[in-house]
Amino acid sequence: MIGALARTPATLRNFGNSQRATLAGLLIVAVAVVLTIQHVLQHDPSYFFQILTIGIADGSIYALIALGYTMVYGIIELINFAHGDVFTLGAFISLALFPVFGIAEGGTGYGYVLPLLAVAVITMGLVAVVNVAIERVAYRPLRHAPRLAPLITAIGMSSILEGAMYLWKGPFNLHYPDLLPITRLNINGVSIGVKDLIVLTMAIVLVVAFTLFINLSKLGKAMRATAQDRDAAQLMGIDINRTIAATFFIGAVLAGAGGIIYGLYINNVDFSLGFITGLFAFTAAVFGGIGNIPGAAIGGLLIGVIAAFNNGYFDSAWTEIVIFGILIATLVFRPTGLLGMRVPEK
Amino acid sequence: MTRLREFVRENARNPNAIAYAVMAVGAVSFPGIAQFATGGNADYLVSLAADGGVFVLLAIGLNVVVGFAGLLDLGYAAFFAIGSYTYGMLASEQLISSPIHHALHVPFWIALVLGMFIAAGAGALLGAPTLRLRGDYLAIVTLGFGEIVPRFFRNMKDWTSGVNGISALDVPTLPFWITGPWANTQLAIDQNFRFVSFNATAWYVLIIILVVASVFGVNNLYRSRLGRAWMAVREDETAAAAMGVNTVNTKLLAFAIGASFSGFAGAFYGAKLSLVSPDSFGFIVSITILSMVVLGGMGNIPGAMVGALLLYWVLYKFLPDAPQQAAALADNLGLHGLNTVVPNGWPGIAEFVSRLKFILFGLILVSIMLLRPQGMLPSRLRSQELKRGVHDESAVVTT
Repeated sequence: MIGALARTPATLRNFGNSQRATLAGLLIVAVAVVLTIQHVLQHDPSYFFQILTIGIADGSIYALIALGYTMVYGIIELINFAHGDVFTLGAFISLALFPVFGIAEGGTGYGYVLPLLAVAVITMGLVAVVNVAIERVAYRPLRHAPRLAPLITAIGMSSILEGAMYLWKGPFNLHYPDLLPITRLNINGVSIGVKDLIVLTMAIVLVVAFTLFINLSKLGKAMRATAQDRDAAQLMGIDINRTIAATFFIGAVLAGAGGIIYGLYINNVDFSLGFITGLFAFTAAVFGGIGNIPGAAIGGLLIGVIAAFNNGYFDSAWTEIVIFGILIATLVFRPTGLLGMRVPEK
Repeated sequence: MTRLREFVRENARNPNAIAYAVMAVGAVSFPGIAQFATGGNADYLVSLAADGGVFVLLAIGLNVVVGFAGLLDLGYAAFFAIGSYTYGMLASEQLISSPIHHALHVPFWIALVLGMFIAAGAGALLGAPTLRLRGDYLAIVTLGFGEIVPRFFRNMKDWTSGVNGISALDVPTLPFWITGPWANTQLAIDQNFRFVSFNATAWYVLIIILVVASVFGVNNLYRSRLGRAWMAVREDETAAAAMGVNTVNTKLLAFAIGASFSGFAGAFYGAKLSLVSPDSFGFIVSITILSMVVLGGMGNIPGAMVGALLLYWVLYKFLPDAPQQAAALADNLGLHGLNTVVPNGWPGIAEFVSRLKFILFGLILVSIMLLRPQGMLPSRLRSQELKRGVHDESAVVTT
């Protein structure tokens, strides 16, 4: 009773203060960013925009993966460690499907658009089935167990997926066909790769479609209801198991798409890719406010841009430290993330 | 004599007592039996067992954090790294090339204690701002910390030699040491003894002493006021606070004490290997230690030890040996085709089996959680919790 009182208002009571502090913090960050950008632009604007486009393109891939994390966390409060590997699996499956559809490196004509779409649809379907199966086998039986239990099966599932890909292709770096045009646009002396733009567009289309789906469709409504209060949703006649399975399905569709886009963009995949990419995407989800869909998209972009700037202007050996530092700082100082409206303690 | 009989009768049905007894007998007799069974070539096995002892220490330490206090730590290897690097920097020529230009050569025994305190300090430092976070947020913070620490050591090239790691660490010394047939030599007293790396038995004895001391220490903590406070915080933090438990200090102490074990385990590990490299402390190490604790039985000290020994054997002896065994088996069965390597195709049975390791590790984790979530040797309280799921926070808070 006392505990309940002490617990719940803690976030409400401090809300005014913390909001002001956050605003002040954001203001300082914004000023710093503007000053830095001004400084950089005066010296080498072309390099700056190159780094920025790389960051945004990378970031949109992180955003696609982060959506899956944030949705699953929002609905069953589980960090789905296997999600990063589902992303890698998307890249692997599509790579195996390319010869079937006669796609090979070399020509980058428009004739490849339809086969590429077919590959994408099949890949997304397959990884979605895998993710739903993972949920069914490893998470659903443990839904009422202590939190630690599904977290450990999630890590186990991640290991199994990585192991399956390792068994399939071995520990090698695999070359992913370079199908996107490599031409670069020149706008006022700033060179921007068409490839980056395509990646960005694909990601934006997917994120927008997904957001609309969550906001407008009946299933999306069911998902939001289940995330808010599972028991009440069930009382309202929502099939919880189906809704959760659908969440995993859609999350995996996005992750699979992310895998294909990553492959087309970076042209290099290996079985253990999902671990660090997944952690970055997860950081993005936390940064944007876990459980918050626009937050995950924005967090993904920010993480991508921060990582790219760190690689470009500082030292890539420190990138992971910076990203995980952001992760820790977010959780310590603002556990609800940048846009998190959700009260962290449900 | 009757006392002894009573003692045995009292404990004969207590699985923990049996586990302790079996482990004690096994630990004492292992070097002798191994030397006898292999005809005096068991140094490799004894050395492997000593490394296994490091994991037992780590499991005991993580059990304090995860099992007793219920704080999920996914970056425990960070403290292990801190302990190892403390010893590596303090007890080698490394600091000559660092900005302070002076090698310290702190004796092992002092560095062991230092490593322990520095790791505990790091635990408290990480814990202080983060412990008010809820369970899985804490897990994420520790995960991030676990990813940062080894990379930090890798990047501080002046202090740690970066990717190459610190090598040629000082060996521990003692005024005298007794050797005998268990180490495959004559019974004798060595004076001015040095723990050289090929003397596997000496390292083995040292780790056994450390483990025994830790077990006594942790058992006392478990039964102390602090131990009960940990249990209370784990079961219901709010109720514990209402009963006058200082939850923040309690959790902080769990974090620091848990970290201190990996601190001196790290110092031992670095000294034994005579090498500290940033690659040995990845996420997989943290997960391995966590799985050991979970497999054995969270919150139960002998359980964590048994889990550590079993999983250590699987990961460091069974799986590395499996490829050769499979290849030999295929040959003996006349299936030579399995051993032929086809370029861009069948990689050969040995390679195939070695590639299975990730899947096997994952299967172990998933199947423990699904089939026996309370672990092999569960603590009675924890197993009840896991079965009935009373720890489901959302259910507790909303009422």
